[in-house]
Amino acid sequence: MTAQISPFIRRAVSEVVQSLLVSCWFMFLTFPIMVIKVNPLERTIDWQWMRLVWIGVAVFPLSFVWRYLMRRKEHGGAQDGEESWQKRVGDRLRTDRKISGPLLALLAVFVVAFPFMFSSYQTQIMISALMYVMLGLGLNIVVGLAGLLDLGYVAFYAVGAYSYALLNHHFGLGFWPALPLGAGLAAVFGILLGFPVLRLRGDYLAIVTLGFGEIIRLVLENWNAFSFGPSGIAGISRPWFFGADLSLGQHTVFLYFIVLILVGFTILVVNRLRNSRIGRAWIALREDEVACQAMGIDKTRTKLTAFALGATWAGFVGCVFAAKTTFINPASFTFMESAIILSIVVLGGMGSIIGVIVGAMVLILLPEYLRAFSEYRMLVFGASMVLIMVFRPQGIITGVKQHYRFGQKESAQEQGERDAASA
Amino acid sequence: MLQVLDIQQLTMDFGGLRAIDGVDLKVHQGEIVALIGPNGAGKTTFFNCVTGVYEPTGGRMTVRPPGKNVAVSLNRLKPNIVTEHGLARTFQNIRLFQNMTVLENVMVARHCRTRSGILGAVFRNAGTRREEQETVDFSYGLLEKVGLQGHVNDLARELPYGAQRRLEIARALATEPFLLLLDEPAAGMNPRETSELDTLITRIRDNEGVSILLIEHDMKLVMSISQRIYVMDYGRLIAQGTPKEIAENPNVIKAYLGETFDA
Repeated sequence: MTAQISPFIRRAVSEVVQSLLVSCWFMFLTFPIMVIKVNPLERTIDWQWMRLVWIGVAVFPLSFVWRYLMRRKEHGGAQDGEESWQKRVGDRLRTDRKISGPLLALLAVFVVAFPFMFSSYQTQIMISALMYVMLGLGLNIVVGLAGLLDLGYVAFYAVGAYSYALLNHHFGLGFWPALPLGAGLAAVFGILLGFPVLRLRGDYLAIVTLGFGEIIRLVLENWNAFSFGPSGIAGISRPWFFGADLSLGQHTVFLYFIVLILVGFTILVVNRLRNSRIGRAWIALREDEVACQAMGIDKTRTKLTAFALGATWAGFVGCVFAAKTTFINPASFTFMESAIILSIVVLGGMGSIIGVIVGAMVLILLPEYLRAFSEYRMLVFGASMVLIMVFRPQGIITGVKQHYRFGQKESAQEQGERDAASA
Repeated sequence: MLQVLDIQQLTMDFGGLRAIDGVDLKVHQGEIVALIGPNGAGKTTFFNCVTGVYEPTGGRMTVRPPGKNVAVSLNRLKPNIVTEHGLARTFQNIRLFQNMTVLENVMVARHCRTRSGILGAVFRNAGTRREEQETVDFSYGLLEKVGLQGHVNDLARELPYGAQRRLEIARALATEPFLLLLDEPAAGMNPRETSELDTLITRIRDNEGVSILLIEHDMKLVMSISQRIYVMDYGRLIAQGTPKEIAENPNVIKAYLGETFDA
């Protein structure tokens, strides 16, 4: 009897010991920030030992959960079952019109009613979230589809914003004509960046694009005669709405709908591009450059179109950004922005449109709504990014396989085969 | 017989190493030609030169697409242009687009035979839709020919090994070549798969009117399907002829079995 029980006990003991060690390690790690509190007025140190105890107590059970999740992840079978469960739900949602129809309608009503249901502040947050959806979808073309790691995407965003701001400042050009101009200019810059990096891939490409992003920002910061330097450009016109004199709140609502329509446009275009001859060439380029070229695809053109079309969306959003804030300066276009947009793409799920939308919502709305926890909000933000990458490295939502329909005869035949297989 | 591929004095140097040394090779229309030789003889390098992956140090490479009375020089052409001229290849270590479906893999290869651009993709006009449907149907037809119609919507990486090799052939055929270069198509296949491959290659030659140049180590396959064989060793051509002549050639036996065989 003892021979049967003892391995179980031994395992339990080792688990507890492991968790105890993890607790101790965390107590040690957080000791300087959690326990020591310097009181500068009295020049004393308050030792907050109770906090250390709390950390130990909190980490102990969490380490069990962590190990359980890790084991489940490594244990392939459990995950496969889960995958197929998710796949079934996903397929059902996509294919069954009875479910997807009303759901989409509900979503549409909610999205349209949003600015009237919530405060102007909430609408502002949603506008910036939607802007990041567009940025994410644009970068998704470059990183997710064509597989070109671009760390300087913010440069194109800056090009869009500055083209509207400068055209407005010098020539009084309105938002609407500036929108396509800004996008076009960003596309031109995309091609300009594309040419020197055609031969590079992976890490090398990432570094060069990172440099490109910094160059644009530094030029804007230092070329005072052109961009007004760090002081930026103020007083940019808001979008024109049939000459109506809108209040600030009404402008916000109007801008919300502009962004909403642009997001819809982006989703439509990116989705169509993905399932086209060009989209397939991008994905093939990502999968295997040598084979892609051997199959008759012009690598140069494919890469340049990816850069140009990716940059176009950043140009659009740049114009919207300038119109939204009515003031821009180079501080808005730091590497941190590029990093956040890239995180949206990677966390959401590379190459997946819905994934990018979810990613943008999580990454932009989470820090906003976590403001209640003020000092811990970036901690929670970082921790959730780590957790997603550990447990779902493929992103929150993975890309959907495209299913094609063949000529009448074949599809009937396939249907027959499927029926035969299921019977 | 009409020559479709004519290679003269092909030479390829990597720094001080001469990987290919003055190789002449011809493929006639409707022929299956094999290129054999011990490991490291320069066979794959030869393929890479012909398909534009490497730029050869010397020599002339010419193709004559059947039906067109022109000779095209392949020297200094980029791989995608070579493919556009009608040469398609497979790879020794399979290079499929792993995360695309089987059908999409073949559809990608239709790229150089289709024309729709960005605007077509965005507006999805009638012409683009028609071209897209033609691409799907053409690709599906090819998958039927290589016996992969049951795997159309599977990801390429989920396929068994032998099926991946056949998918590579279907993908190469989708570019509508007149000459197919197969780099060790039977590598890693079991005897049954190899004999199926034998029929497949012959069928492609007969039905599609495609000439074939293949690198292969499986002597049974090489001897049974090829009309002519070239043998390379240390970058040089050491023999050429019919399978029978090659099997009896002392140089070839020496290259494969080493000097001790003579002793």
